[in-house]
Amino acid sequence: MMANEGSDTKTPATKRIDEPTGTEFVGHEWDGIEELDTPMPRWWLWTFYLTVIWSVVYMVLYPAWPLIEKGTEGVLGWTSRGQLSEEMSLADQARATVRERIAGTPIERIPEDAELLQKAVAGGAAAFKVNCVQCHGSGAAGSQTLGYPNLNDDDWLWGGDIKAIEYTLIHGIRQPGDDATRMSAMPPYEGVFDDAQADAIVDHVLSLSRKARPNAVGAGLYQTNCASCHGVDGTGDRAQGAPNLADAIWLYGDSRGQVRQQILRPRIGMMPKWEGRLDSVTIKMLAAYVHSLGGGEDFVEAANSAVEVDEQP
Amino acid sequence: MQAENALGRVGLWFGVMLLSIGAIVAAKDSGFAAHATIIGVVAFLLMCFSAARFDPTSNARSFFKMPEGPTRYDDDPVRWGVIATLFWGIAGMLAGVVIALQMAFPQLNIEPYLNFGRLRPLHTSAVIFAFGGNALIATSYYIVQRTCRTQLAFPSLARFVFWGYQLFIVLAATGYLLGITQSKEYAEPEWYVDLWLTVVWLAYLAVFIGTIVRRREPHIYVANWFFLAFIITVAMLHVVNNLAMPVSLLGAKSYSAFAGVQDALTQWWYGHNAVGFFLTAGFLAMMYYFVPKQAERPVYSYRLSIIHFWSLIFLYIWAGPHHLHYTALPDWAQTLGMVFSIMLWMPSWGGMINGLMTLNGAWDKIRTDPIIRMMVMALAFYGMSTFEGPMMSIKAVNSLSHYTDWTIGHVHSGALGWNGLITFACMYYLVPRLWKRERMYSLRMINWHFWLATIGIVFYAASMWVAGIMQGLMWREYGTDGYLLWSFADTVSAMFPMYVMRAVGGLMYLSGALIMTYNVWMTLAGKLREEKSMTETPYDADADRPIPATVPAE
Repeated sequence: MMANEGSDTKTPATKRIDEPTGTEFVGHEWDGIEELDTPMPRWWLWTFYLTVIWSVVYMVLYPAWPLIEKGTEGVLGWTSRGQLSEEMSLADQARATVRERIAGTPIERIPEDAELLQKAVAGGAAAFKVNCVQCHGSGAAGSQTLGYPNLNDDDWLWGGDIKAIEYTLIHGIRQPGDDATRMSAMPPYEGVFDDAQADAIVDHVLSLSRKARPNAVGAGLYQTNCASCHGVDGTGDRAQGAPNLADAIWLYGDSRGQVRQQILRPRIGMMPKWEGRLDSVTIKMLAAYVHSLGGGEDFVEAANSAVEVDEQP
Repeated sequence: MQAENALGRVGLWFGVMLLSIGAIVAAKDSGFAAHATIIGVVAFLLMCFSAARFDPTSNARSFFKMPEGPTRYDDDPVRWGVIATLFWGIAGMLAGVVIALQMAFPQLNIEPYLNFGRLRPLHTSAVIFAFGGNALIATSYYIVQRTCRTQLAFPSLARFVFWGYQLFIVLAATGYLLGITQSKEYAEPEWYVDLWLTVVWLAYLAVFIGTIVRRREPHIYVANWFFLAFIITVAMLHVVNNLAMPVSLLGAKSYSAFAGVQDALTQWWYGHNAVGFFLTAGFLAMMYYFVPKQAERPVYSYRLSIIHFWSLIFLYIWAGPHHLHYTALPDWAQTLGMVFSIMLWMPSWGGMINGLMTLNGAWDKIRTDPIIRMMVMALAFYGMSTFEGPMMSIKAVNSLSHYTDWTIGHVHSGALGWNGLITFACMYYLVPRLWKRERMYSLRMINWHFWLATIGIVFYAASMWVAGIMQGLMWREYGTDGYLLWSFADTVSAMFPMYVMRAVGGLMYLSGALIMTYNVWMTLAGKLREEKSMTETPYDADADRPIPATVPAE
């Protein structure tokens, strides 16, 4: 073909037309590839211009160009921080009255106002999803493998009325640096009991919930070593966070091996304090939510104050 | 002379081997020692190889074979590149299917080497840089020679680029599995691997420019503009984003030269232009040569190619900040990232128009030619994802889509649809020509590949759209009490069915690539499959006549 000739100087003599499209060739050719001289599609060109115009307008309206000290601010005065704080303050305003009412109500009085309680539980559920599910699970069922307590059941290590739950949230459990934190420790009995003694005491502990036959040797060992915290009948002591061994609920599992391990080489968990990380209203709402999960106990004035006295070191 | 050369080469590789042994001994961490071992093994092999090559007569048959003569194109590196493309493609897509399954079934995380965190960069680097990169190197070598009507400049440098690039890939991939990473997305390799790639890439630039300079054509073809833009810009992006200070010259760890939001912006300036210049400009170059060749039609519009080339190049480089909407990045930079992305819409579509409209006068080939069909589908996905991209860069849309799987869906409709399909089509074009076969072993298998890939992409993109939009809506959903309704784990469990569907889509896409591998293998083996021709269209001689102008019935 005559591709290369006359590629730059188009005279009518060298003009060639592509048959199927009726368009003129440009005249260049590379390895058999030629190019047509089709004009740019108008819709393409005009849409391109439109996006450019739109962009210029947007850049006038919004912050766009960096200058020496700071960028141009835009005619609308919009900032992303401004938008965020506006949206947040709108949301806060919508919740403000509820938060004020919760802030002004002592935690143990909140259940008396059904509507306020319902709002507190809703707020607590949201906060729980952000702060608590990592350990306690999204259904608050905890994990025996990892040793995180189930919050749905009736068993409470440190008390299950709404005020006791709030106290645990505020100060945490075994939280270093907080003098008021809930503190207890199960001592390791490895080396204290021999194999047979350990077996006997496991038998006794399991017999309390009818998972094993009673064992007299074990019962004797239990009374000398364990009863001071877990109680003579094994029902535990909330004042010092000693678990109830006589029920069907187990923090670290109920198999012989798990119970034996917990006696010889006990695992001890910790829960962080939330005071200082969450505001007091959110903590109250969390307490209301956890209390609502199923195992919440009624608040009794006298019992609670007794617990309070015991907790202070 | 020959003997001296050979001895010199043996000595050089011996020196490299000694250095790497020294590096192994003195290494500060096991990952660096492993990489020094790989380099030592390569040096040892090259040393043995140089010694074996002492016989000068074996030169012609050797590993680094030079072109046959001035009358032929220098296609050896192209052939290796095609095989490397297929190999890394399968490896990268397999890694993709594995991590897709890990998202749905976390038990599949095998600690420590094959967990999601290490396999994910392996997948992205293998498909972008190993599969895509080899395809780009091979096709650029093929195209630049033919459109310049000359041989590759610096043939030995061209071979060094190919093998040097493979070493880069091996070091990057093994590094990820060993836990070596500088934690920059798509730029994970550590400082010494980055330095090596810089050397390889500058050699690539020299080969490409050298070839263009010695062209025997008056003009430079549009495909070569795009290749040149791709090579130069990637060099710049790579060097700037990887500026870092190593902790020790004998250890893998380094610290970026940038900190905080500057580091984030540099990273996404790099990351977005890796998309723009690696996956768009480079692959448009492939499109600009292979589509007109396969369709046997002239390029639709020379003017459009000029305007869309320059507008694409100018606008793309500013669009990176749209990856950092609603972050610590100043508002003005976010605005610029967004408006430049919007303006990028039409320049991107210019390539699609030029590709699709090149079929003017040959539209019937979509029905008869499975390679054209693949190219058209690639261009369609290109058009779709270059519309979706600017749309997602709009702040209001981005506030919903950002951090969700919608982004993953968007990336894959571009990567699987555009980059994957156009690469497959080019490989199908190249293989019979490079190995001098009459045609591919089977055209019907290409058709199978086409449909498996297309349906796979639809599964992938559709499931990720649903997953991403659902995830975004759940994250921002408030109850009447004014509190968020869902925890993060709630969104994860809600997305499980979508994750399974995505893995199915990926598996279909991988199966298509496996069919291609078999097809290429059989073509290389010199076989032709006996099958019904694809171009056969039914012909009814009786019906093929005008309706005679008979007398009306009454």
